[in-house]
Amino acid sequence: MVPITTLHYLVVAAALFVLGVIGVLTRRNVIIVLMSIELILNAVNLNLVAFSRLWGLHGQVFAIFVITDAAAEAAVGLGILIAFFRNKETVNVDEVDLLKW
Amino acid sequence: MLHLVLFLVFALGCVAGAVNLLAQRHPIDSALSLVVVMGSLAGEYLLLGAEFVAAIQVIVYAGAIMVLFVFVIMLLNAGVEERTPGSRVALLLGVPGMLIGSALVVWLLLERSPTPAVAAGALPGPPQTIAWLLFHDYLLPFEVTSILVLIAIMGAVVLASPPATTKKES
Repeated sequence: MVPITTLHYLVVAAALFVLGVIGVLTRRNVIIVLMSIELILNAVNLNLVAFSRLWGLHGQVFAIFVITDAAAEAAVGLGILIAFFRNKETVNVDEVDLLKW
Repeated sequence: MLHLVLFLVFALGCVAGAVNLLAQRHPIDSALSLVVVMGSLAGEYLLLGAEFVAAIQVIVYAGAIMVLFVFVIMLLNAGVEERTPGSRVALLLGVPGMLIGSALVVWLLLERSPTPAVAAGALPGPPQTIAWLLFHDYLLPFEVTSILVLIAIMGAVVLASPPATTKKES
């Protein structure tokens, strides 16, 4: 049987990160783009916790900070989304062109 | 053996949930598959011994943030996303770029010397130690984070509140 090493967790985190990047780049719905960003942050968290197993607990503390930032980012992002939907009646990123010159 | 099985189950849950998030057309289905990803990640954290981070993951991510997402999806009544054909340049450059990037990541991970095995069971991340680190070594970042959260709350309230179109004194 294969022992589970840190490398296995890194592979899972890399897969989550790549899937999140694909979601950010290919989807049109802003809500799904925000969810893909959460996916990327989760991949970072998994990396931090996996490495904290090797080099002390500081990685877990940083994972908690990242979770806090993700909560703040989700609140502000969804607030922006509601304000935008009130003006333009759409949630598609390709129709968000208020700042386009 | 049990460790391997649990790791594979949770890892498959993570990746399958993420793939399903991208494959679904309706935002509510994507949100529910993101809940699956969060729960599986909490299992991975428990396997790594980070019990406090696992609890925070379930409470904050799977609880608070996902409720926020589902609430906004319901509020905006977001329907099924309509697809548009992608650009040819993105297809020609993106697919080889993605293949090269993935090959690079796999090569980098395999090139490294074998990392030490991670045993299940012994929990090195008890809440007492985390709290000691948070309130001693990382006290200043912790307090700055509270200011960040306060600003985020105020910003969300200001952004989401309806615009004041009519003045009171008129």
